[in-house]
Amino acid sequence: MSAEGPAGGPAGELRVPPATRGFTGRRRERTEELPPGQYRTDDFPVLSAGPTPRVDTGEWRFTITTETGSSHHWDWNGLHRLPRTEVVTDLHCVTRWSKFGTRWSGHPLDAFFASVSTSAEHALVTCYGGYTTNLPVADLLGGRAWIATGYDGEPLAPVHGGPARLLVPHLYLWKSAKWVRSLTLSTAEQLGFWEGVGYHAHGDPWREQRYAL
Amino acid sequence: MVQVRPESDTARTLVLEVPDWPGHLAGQHLDVRLTAPDGYRAVRSYSLASAATGPGPARVEVGVQELGEGEVSPFLVHEVRPGDVLEVTGPLGGWFVWRPGDPGPVQLVGGGSGVVPLVSVVRTHAAAGSPVPLRLLLSARTPATAMHLPELLRRGADQPGFSFEAVWTRQAPEGDRRPPARLDAARLARAVLPAEQGPTCYVCGPTAFVETVADLLLAAGHRAGRIRTERFGAAR
Repeated sequence: MSAEGPAGGPAGELRVPPATRGFTGRRRERTEELPPGQYRTDDFPVLSAGPTPRVDTGEWRFTITTETGSSHHWDWNGLHRLPRTEVVTDLHCVTRWSKFGTRWSGHPLDAFFASVSTSAEHALVTCYGGYTTNLPVADLLGGRAWIATGYDGEPLAPVHGGPARLLVPHLYLWKSAKWVRSLTLSTAEQLGFWEGVGYHAHGDPWREQRYAL
Repeated sequence: MVQVRPESDTARTLVLEVPDWPGHLAGQHLDVRLTAPDGYRAVRSYSLASAATGPGPARVEVGVQELGEGEVSPFLVHEVRPGDVLEVTGPLGGWFVWRPGDPGPVQLVGGGSGVVPLVSVVRTHAAAGSPVPLRLLLSARTPATAMHLPELLRRGADQPGFSFEAVWTRQAPEGDRRPPARLDAARLARAVLPAEQGPTCYVCGPTAFVETVADLLLAAGHRAGRIRTERFGAAR
C-alpha cells in the first residue's frame, strides 16, 4: 500500500503528496496498533464542549427509554447491582491522539439491555451538562460498551466523565459520552452534538470516519 | 507557506497561502499534514488566527506553540520556512465558533496559546464592524511569551466595542504594580462581562486552565449553556 490520500476522491485527482522538506518524524513504534491518521500519547488529554458538570452519586440516575416510550431507570445502587468488569482497552480520539492500554471498570451495556425490550436501531445518548451523541444500538451490545465508573483503579474523575461515562472504545472517543444520563432508543437516527456540526454519525477510527464530509 | 512570524522563543504564527480555501468562521482550526521521505505522515490541528473569510484564494494564519516532546510542533516552530509547501485540510470545528450575527455580548478568556482562536474572533469582530461588546481576558506567563500581544494591546485601545486585559502569571511588565498571579475569582469578576449581561463565553487553553476558568464563570453566575470551551493537553 502506498500512502495516498483519502480514498474515494474523484478519479484522476488522487495524488501522493511529496515529502515535506526537512520533516522526518520519529514515531514509528507500534504503528500496526494505530488507526490511520492517529498518533500515540501517554497523557490523557481532555476535550469537552463546556464546563465540567459535578454530579452527586446520590442524585445520579441512568435511564433507557425505548421507541415505545417505556423507561427503565437505574440509580447509583442499582448500577452497582449489575455485573461489573475490568476493561483494558485502547482509546482513539478524533483529534488524532490514541492512548494504549487504559484500565477501566464498568458495567456492560448488555446487562442494562437485558431488561429492555426494543428493536430500535438507533440510540441518542444524553448527558448531565446537555451533551449528546448518537450511535447504533448494535455498537452498544456484544460486550463492546460499558457504563464506566472507574479509571486506573480509582473512581472516575469528573474531568474524565465521572461519576459515570459511556465507554465505547471501538469508536472515536466523542461517542464515549462523559457524565452519561440517558439513552433514547428510536427507529430513526437523530444526530448528537458533534454529529450535528459535521462529525461522522458512526465514527469508526479504523475506517477513519472523522467527518461527515 | 508565505510568511513565518515569531511570537516568542517557542511559538510562531505561520501564514499560508491557500489557493482554494473554502472559507472559515472565527474559532475554527485546520489540520496540517506532514510527510516524511519514507511516506510516514503526521497530522496535527492548529487554530486559525485570521479573521473569518469566505471561499476563494486566502492567506490564513495559524498559531503553533512548541510542545517539548512534540513531534510536529518543533518542526513547525523551528524548521519550516517561507516557500515550503504544506498540506492542509480545513476548516474544521463547528462549535467553538463565533459569527458576527450571533446575538449578545461576547467574553473571551484565553490561556497561553489558547488565545489564537480568540484572536480570530477579535479580528472578525473588527472586520465586520460588529456592534456587539467584546472582551478578551488573557492569562499568560510573561509579556514576552504572549502571542499577538502588540496587536491585542493596540486593538484594546482602538477597536470600537473591544476591550483587552491581561493577567501575568510569572512576570508582569515593567510599571505594572500588580504582582504576577494566577487568575482567581476576584480578578475574573473585575475583568469579565457580568453574568447579568448574559455574554457567550469562549474559554480556550490548557485543560487545567479551562477547568479553573469554567468553574469560576459558573460560580460568578454564568450559565453552563453559555460557556464554550476548547481544551488542549492532559489531565490526571
